[in-house]
Amino acid sequence: MQKEMLEHGLSHNRRRFLSKMSMGLGSVALGSLLIPDLFGKSAEEAVITGLPHFAPKAKRIIYLFQNGAPSQLDLFDYKPLLQKMQGQDLPASIRQGQRLTGMTATQEHFPLAGTVFQFGEYGQARAHISELLPHTASVVDDLCIIKSMYTEAINHDPALTFFQTGAQVGNRPSMGSWLSYGLGSENKNLPAFCVLLSKGKGNGQGVYAKLWSNGFLDSIHQGVQFSSGENPVLYLNNPDGMNKADRRKMLDKLGELNELSFKEFEDPEIHAKVQQYEMAYRMQTAVPEITDTSKEPESIVKLYGPDCLVPGTFAANCLLARKLSENGVRFVQLYHQGWDAHGDLPNQIKGQCLDVDQASAALITDLKQRGLLDETLVIWGGEFGRTNYCQGKLTKDSYGRDHHPRSFTIWMAGGGVKPGVYGETDDFGYNIAKNPVHVHDFHATALALMGLDHEKLTFRSQGRRYRLTDVAGKVVKDLIA
Amino acid sequence: MKAIVTIGCILVAIIIFTYSCQTGNGAGKDEVSYNFDIRPILSDKCFACHGPDANKRKANLRLDIGDSAFLPLKNTKGGFALVPGKPEESEIFKRVSSADPTYQMPTPQSHLGLLTEEQVATIKKWIQQGAKYERHWAFTAPQKPTLPKVGNEAWVKNEIDYFTLAKMEQKGLTPNDEADKERLLKRASLDITGLPPSLEMMDDFLKDNSANAYEKVVDRLLASNTYGEKMAVHWLDVARYADSYGYQDDNIRTQWPWRDWVIHAFNNNLPYDKFVTWQIAGDLLPNANKEQMLATAFFRNHKYTEEGGVIPEEYRIEYILDKTKTYGRGILGVTIECAQCHDHKYDPFKQKDYYALFAFFNNTKEVGFEGDVSQSKPAKNPLLVINDSDRSSLMRFINFKDTGKLTVSVMGELDTARKTYILKRGVYDAPSVEVKPNAIPAVMNYDTAQYPRNRLGLAAWTVSKNNPLTARVFVNQIWQEFFGRGLVKSTGDFGMQGDLPTHPELLDWLAVDFMEHGWDIKRLVKQIVMSSTYRQSAKTSDEKIKKDPENIYLSHGPRYRIPAEFVRDLVLSSSGLLVRTIGGPSVKPYQPKGLWEAASSGRGVLATYKQEHGEALYRRGMYTFIKLTVPPPSMGIFDASNRDQCEVKRSKTNTPLQALVMMNDPTVLEASRVLAQRLMGENTTPQDKIAKAFRLIVCRKGADKELAILKGYYDDQLEAFKNKTIDAGATLAAGEYPQDTKLDANATAALMKAIETIYNLEEAIEKT
Repeated sequence: MQKEMLEHGLSHNRRRFLSKMSMGLGSVALGSLLIPDLFGKSAEEAVITGLPHFAPKAKRIIYLFQNGAPSQLDLFDYKPLLQKMQGQDLPASIRQGQRLTGMTATQEHFPLAGTVFQFGEYGQARAHISELLPHTASVVDDLCIIKSMYTEAINHDPALTFFQTGAQVGNRPSMGSWLSYGLGSENKNLPAFCVLLSKGKGNGQGVYAKLWSNGFLDSIHQGVQFSSGENPVLYLNNPDGMNKADRRKMLDKLGELNELSFKEFEDPEIHAKVQQYEMAYRMQTAVPEITDTSKEPESIVKLYGPDCLVPGTFAANCLLARKLSENGVRFVQLYHQGWDAHGDLPNQIKGQCLDVDQASAALITDLKQRGLLDETLVIWGGEFGRTNYCQGKLTKDSYGRDHHPRSFTIWMAGGGVKPGVYGETDDFGYNIAKNPVHVHDFHATALALMGLDHEKLTFRSQGRRYRLTDVAGKVVKDLIA
Repeated sequence: MKAIVTIGCILVAIIIFTYSCQTGNGAGKDEVSYNFDIRPILSDKCFACHGPDANKRKANLRLDIGDSAFLPLKNTKGGFALVPGKPEESEIFKRVSSADPTYQMPTPQSHLGLLTEEQVATIKKWIQQGAKYERHWAFTAPQKPTLPKVGNEAWVKNEIDYFTLAKMEQKGLTPNDEADKERLLKRASLDITGLPPSLEMMDDFLKDNSANAYEKVVDRLLASNTYGEKMAVHWLDVARYADSYGYQDDNIRTQWPWRDWVIHAFNNNLPYDKFVTWQIAGDLLPNANKEQMLATAFFRNHKYTEEGGVIPEEYRIEYILDKTKTYGRGILGVTIECAQCHDHKYDPFKQKDYYALFAFFNNTKEVGFEGDVSQSKPAKNPLLVINDSDRSSLMRFINFKDTGKLTVSVMGELDTARKTYILKRGVYDAPSVEVKPNAIPAVMNYDTAQYPRNRLGLAAWTVSKNNPLTARVFVNQIWQEFFGRGLVKSTGDFGMQGDLPTHPELLDWLAVDFMEHGWDIKRLVKQIVMSSTYRQSAKTSDEKIKKDPENIYLSHGPRYRIPAEFVRDLVLSSSGLLVRTIGGPSVKPYQPKGLWEAASSGRGVLATYKQEHGEALYRRGMYTFIKLTVPPPSMGIFDASNRDQCEVKRSKTNTPLQALVMMNDPTVLEASRVLAQRLMGENTTPQDKIAKAFRLIVCRKGADKELAILKGYYDDQLEAFKNKTIDAGATLAAGEYPQDTKLDANATAALMKAIETIYNLEEAIEKT
């Protein structure tokens, strides 16, 4: 509410300022008149009055979403009991009649499948990490591993939508949109919320623009898709035959013409539009500078791995995420597809881990060496977990795992989280034994790290106040350093 | 004599009193109105805990109904929430004006914020005046009010103007004069057809000095079949129309014949009561024909899962919830979906009412899941099969060149009614009490003697002249199309938390008049565009901005950027590229590379974007293929609906990404090049060519100063192309439309650059 009033006030001020400006400036060519702070800094400063609600620990978020749901049982949640009971049915006392997806609901048996991978214990917390994630294991002392996440959805679309928007269905704003709305951008030349997509070779589930939608918030809070290729933002590049100086010339002419129009109509929106063209022009310079990875030193390429120079890979996106974040982008959202291993899991997960392990760990190391990890919250995880029993045929060295919303693992790093291992599952890795964390709790905690009270960051639409955490969620204080 | 004067005075006093009752808006006014002054405060600050939702009610206190608000308080011995006439004895007043955090309301824990001083004063005054409750304005059938008196009768052209002018005069605002002819024509043409006027139309109108010149043009626009296309776009948002199923694999579907029907229905001027009846229950009409059955596809446009492993009943319920929401928001203008999990917190809708409404839609033959993407079909059961002979008779409006059958997902009723239960917390597998189909009682009683308990009954209830919402909501949506904002700003929420109408009498007058004249949509549109209110110039001033920054009181004409689809239409039409075919399968024009591929699971026929060529590149924006998971990017950038769910109002933003589209989208570049080519073929001077392009795009003759700036830019560019500091060949390569190699490349490229500049003018894509 407070926030709405601020935005309202801001739009008033902007109108007043613009109409004053027009009187003072007279015939100056507006096109070449850069007023960089009009919609960048000064606007944002006005927006953040009263926000954050309390001192933030983190200023920015990078969310490495593992789309399709990685198997916690093969990566983080080590359960030797499953190996001992290999092939035996999941006891009904453990399953407790929980609903299953249509893919395994008709199975007569639920044979337990222990992981084929070796686990080691790492770091001060002696955290279990699979041999598939050696790089992740090397940064374990920076990680806060949450083994007791749970969600309510059992299918990809609703589960992913739930993680991103706090609701399984409906056109609600994404987490990044909420932060853009609450805190704005730190960089006047870049959007507050950027989105990067990549794909692994494993069984994939699509992503969709709804996941980075602004919902009922203003569309400036929508996630803007970036890539590390030649055209990093849609429609950013000037057409063939036009260079930067030409563009400047054209914008100067446009400015002169639009000013004539303003004299006739006195509509402040005319000047607002001129400013958007100027910001577009600045983005044309700023974005390629940031997305250009060709000047990264050898050490960085080595850190992230050679894939980081191949546009569209997870490694390239991690590097780009660091650069965007470093330049003040509030929320960088990555999606990496390919974790939906209903069959052939041991094989598929190897490929997926090769794609993401080194670059995920590199991002932590890189942020740390730049002194940015303290103020950047990095999140790694999928939309749910995978079952401890096998989907399809269980063989000696292969199995598949169905969706499992009851318990799974994600990790966070930097941004004021407390490193260590939080929460436990039972010996079957099926139910949560200690310290459950619901998706709403996760959102509430992430917002708290950013200095926002999840109950106060609201927006009124269709007659009610909406929040990222809907009507629930509590901050998990034990996760905060 | 003296007595007569006294009576006169009393009469005047009564008139003033009555007037202020209707329009009072704050503590400054003599009489405080419950509906307009008090309820918005109570609804926002109190009803969440003391409103209709019995489960969340605190202290057993209910304030949204007078009867319960006046009862002795249960938790405060001897206390009363409201004592008419005595604020100091009323617990409400004592608490909202208290500074003690343990006593004050709303409580600090609620995060609702305290009342402002003015709000507290308004509450005080209301209690002093007797704390009178009124029924919610929108749940009372509209009556046709008498026209208000105005000072400046000469300005008035039709009834609308009486209402708007009376408000302006009351607020100390003066209306603008009529817009100049060129701008008025552009405005009307964009609003009625979504296209800019042709040169010929501009010339005709400028030449025509007859008194009814404008009316003639309006009639011509209304008679054009592009009118149906324009009007359909809003309805496609309401109906969340798309060309794919949404969800994970997001395969193709065939709902477009329904889209063609909507265009046809508007062009045919199907009255709104029939338009709605057919869409709700066309299949249940006696001797229903295929056109009427096709109309029901309205309720089947929602997303449909093809994700393996889903629980079918969960999704079947999801689809019914979506239908209920679409009906509630799009047709009734209420947020009935809030009562899915609990009684509504603000409006008098019980959870039971929600499921009784849901029950009308719950009896369809559809199932929740028909197989994953590998078994995908273009439509889901129940189907309407449209064959060749249908298309050459009743359904000529369906534009399909092939001879094959078309299938569309439509509504179809089960023979034995499926039982409907209240779902606890709105969850599909938690049924509790059984309910029978029944429409929302707080809106209007559902008399089962008159209305059967099926969708046909619901349709009749919806378009009953006593239904307080249907006509108001639609008239408001149409008003929004022309003025950029509804008389009720919250287009989809006429309930307690919605915005109050800015011109309540006008809204009611229009709604009743609309019903009295057979729900005639074209007549309504004409009424609006013929009014002086609509025809005003869009000029504003510091004074107007100060008094009325949002132009709520309509003292100048609407001026805003046109919607996404029409930005594209304007570019294509002014350049001569537009292909005017109506309807048919959606098309895939230019789109930045890799968008579908990056987001796709790799399954289904839409995993890769296969751009089309030739005519498909130049169709109107409304025919661009909408893949739900990756909607057309340039449309979304200009605030088009993502069609994920029913939407009744688009936002209007102004962002740098929009500037990037106008500067770099191949469609704009190609249009500039093609228009340049055409003009180069004419035997005229560069000045003339620029002037003509300006007129085609901006729809008015450019001022000398404007044309001089553009000519200067043209000369500069021509020089640069000649010197090869910029590359004419590369510049002219934009788009697939054939180049004319006989032309002077440098001059064509320079003209193209000047035209690009015109397309990027603020005014070009603005309704002025």
